[in-house]
Amino acid sequence: MNAKIKLFSYNTLDTPIHRLSGLTKLVCFLLLTFAVMFSYDIRVILAVMVFSIVVLRVSKIQYSQIRLMILYVLIFVITNAVISFFFSPEQGVKIYGTRHDIANLYGGYKLTWEQIFYQVTKFFKYFSVIPLGIIFLLTTNPSEFASSLNGIGVNYKAAFAVALTLRYFPDIQRDYHDISQAQQARGLELSHKAKFADRFKNSLLIVIPLIFSSLDRVELISNAMDLRGFAKGKTRTWYTSKKLTRADYLALGISALILFATVYVSVFINRSRFYNPFI
Amino acid sequence: MDRQPIIEFQDFSFQYYSQSEPTLHNINLKIHRGEKVLIVGPSGSGKSTLGHCLNGLIPFSYKGEIHGSLKIDGLETRDQDIFNLSKMIGTVLQDADGQFVGLTVGEDVAFALENDNIPNAEMHERVKKVAEMVDMERQLKSSPYELSGGQKQRTSLAGVMIDDVDILLFDEPLANLDPATGKTAIEIIDAVHADSHKTIIIIEHRLEDVLHRSVDRIIMINDGRIIADMNPHELVSSTILVENGIREPLYVTALKYAGVKVTSEMQPGHITTLKTELSRNALATWYYAIQADNRENTNPSILKMENISFSYDGVRQILDDINFDIRKGEMVSIVGKNGAGKSTLAKLLCGFEKEDRGAILYKGENIRSKTIKERAEIIGLVMQNPNQMISKPMIYDEIALGLRLRNISEEQIAERVEKVLKICGLAPFKSWPISALSYGQKKRVTIASILVLDPQILILDEPTAGQDYRHYTEIMEFLVEINKLGVTIIMITHDMHLMLEYTPRAIVLAGGRKIADAAASVVLTDSRVIEEANLKLTSLFNLARMAGIKDGTQFVQGFIDYERRIKNR
Repeated sequence: MNAKIKLFSYNTLDTPIHRLSGLTKLVCFLLLTFAVMFSYDIRVILAVMVFSIVVLRVSKIQYSQIRLMILYVLIFVITNAVISFFFSPEQGVKIYGTRHDIANLYGGYKLTWEQIFYQVTKFFKYFSVIPLGIIFLLTTNPSEFASSLNGIGVNYKAAFAVALTLRYFPDIQRDYHDISQAQQARGLELSHKAKFADRFKNSLLIVIPLIFSSLDRVELISNAMDLRGFAKGKTRTWYTSKKLTRADYLALGISALILFATVYVSVFINRSRFYNPFI
Repeated sequence: MDRQPIIEFQDFSFQYYSQSEPTLHNINLKIHRGEKVLIVGPSGSGKSTLGHCLNGLIPFSYKGEIHGSLKIDGLETRDQDIFNLSKMIGTVLQDADGQFVGLTVGEDVAFALENDNIPNAEMHERVKKVAEMVDMERQLKSSPYELSGGQKQRTSLAGVMIDDVDILLFDEPLANLDPATGKTAIEIIDAVHADSHKTIIIIEHRLEDVLHRSVDRIIMINDGRIIADMNPHELVSSTILVENGIREPLYVTALKYAGVKVTSEMQPGHITTLKTELSRNALATWYYAIQADNRENTNPSILKMENISFSYDGVRQILDDINFDIRKGEMVSIVGKNGAGKSTLAKLLCGFEKEDRGAILYKGENIRSKTIKERAEIIGLVMQNPNQMISKPMIYDEIALGLRLRNISEEQIAERVEKVLKICGLAPFKSWPISALSYGQKKRVTIASILVLDPQILILDEPTAGQDYRHYTEIMEFLVEINKLGVTIIMITHDMHLMLEYTPRAIVLAGGRKIADAAASVVLTDSRVIEEANLKLTSLFNLARMAGIKDGTQFVQGFIDYERRIKNR
């Protein structure tokens, strides 16, 4: 398989971020995500975003690894922005309590500074979660990920299922690639030349063999797991779970502080979840 | 040795709920502590079912009806659950790749301990200790992708030994391994047996490869019954192997061809124990009587690679300056260990990847500009696992797929599909669903679905992987028939028997370079090539040497030609 196509795959590097325990990274991710989800203060959101981009640089993640993911999120966020404008163009006015018109649009829609400010805030709110998620996904190996999910109370069978999915992702990708090539040799057209309905039918010609060959794999792995006592107890321990170090506590402290600061700004400075520059 | 058997079957029968006939009938078998037992049988004989009954997968995962009794260490297994059984009997499944649960060696070895809630610190200590026993302590942090086949086997072994089980069960440990790795696997099992005195059960149909090291007893199973229970020398010198579709060791076949009556006094169980004093003369006489054929293919070239180099990332060369010329109607095998560049070579031929340098010539014409679809009409690729290709529920539709995608009229399709169905012996199944076919028949369907495009060259990836002797012979004889119709056949394979018996020529790759391009008899007797390509010296060569025949390679070639003549190929 082409080594260049490696979406969502964990990469082994030795950076301070990689060295943190999976549990720490998961909790920090949740704390920071909660912070940006709570606050509608663009200053706070941008600050968290800058912070997470710095951490992204520290963990040596390349842009090429995450380009596709960023593209998808961008499409999602822009669609979201357009749709929310059409459904509630007056949301900004309602929230900030003032009205500064910019222009009249078709069909009685009015563009206001309040609406633009509100939507820009929202855009960054969603967008600032991406670097956080990427850092967590790409610096935590799947088993550690499972053990950390289990660590915050998720059932270990569910946690292990997630880890196995991530673990087999590269294998399934390789299978997909091989099957697709073999079917193309039989005459399958995957390019844009084919009609949409045909392309859908054609994709089945890859997906069906992929499912059947993956089922073989599933039977084998589930037998292997049964034979070695998986799911016999209510709990299990993890080989990869790490003892928390000073760096872990530091990371947890910083994240908690950021969350605390966010809440503090909202409660005592803005006296609302929103930052209002209009009054 | 205590006389209480560690495993005891008494009038044991088993029937899957999904089947109308029992798979095991009245099995009576005792295995004693510390014994090393080999269970052989063709596909569908019930040998794997027997293994599943031992380790608890039956009835835990596969349901069915059990009659009679099976006791392990005095305990009736039907009263035990799979978890208790897994503390007494550790199972190493076939396909070390697929059973790799963890992301690193250490994690995989620790899996059973994790499930037992062993604290982290103790776990690391025990993993380290077991890893030392199988020489893997330095690879604890490696991922399965970085390991060789042998290292994966060692990891699986460590993963079951960590529980300090009394019995080790190996379910087809040699499947998917190259010859050299298979040999190592057998040596590892033997070393564990010698060190730990654990009871060892090996289920396998590749008899000669297992007999690389000694076993106490061989149990032959067929049609769900025990056919024989004897030591290797007795079994190999009997007719039971041939009658039950198990391949006898090649050196035994050679002795028989030479007119030697093989008896258990000759100790023919292993090539190393074989006494050749009495058969020397017969072998020498036979050797002088058989002369090597000179059947050089003088057809024009059909496929030529000139100075082909290729790399995925621009750093590591996967193929480095490969040259060869295949003539029309040849049957060639491409061999080499995993990662040698065999699959990449096939991908270049099919146009899935483009060469960085060099040229691929079809009948003297460079095919660089041909698309994947166009190339498929001259070079067809059959993948190893038929499930990776089959995408239609009905046989007819599956075979017609390639033609339909080329917008050929239904009448023409019907005509071409009928013809291919007939060639492939699938005509009676024309309107059957594919799910009703056996593995071998599915394989035929995939070959048919490629043949229908009328390619001049057929590339097959491991066509006989995981097949027992009968299915192996069926598939290979079928390919010979197709070859006789003028189709050039290239096979990517680990199977030394396939090379010896069916392909007069072998191209050997190692580290992306071509290291040999010669007759199979030359390749399999050249120690340098064998070493570099993870092959194994054929036992025929050993036999020749033991019988005092100087030119072992010539002896091997003579054997191949003799066999071809009597099988009328």
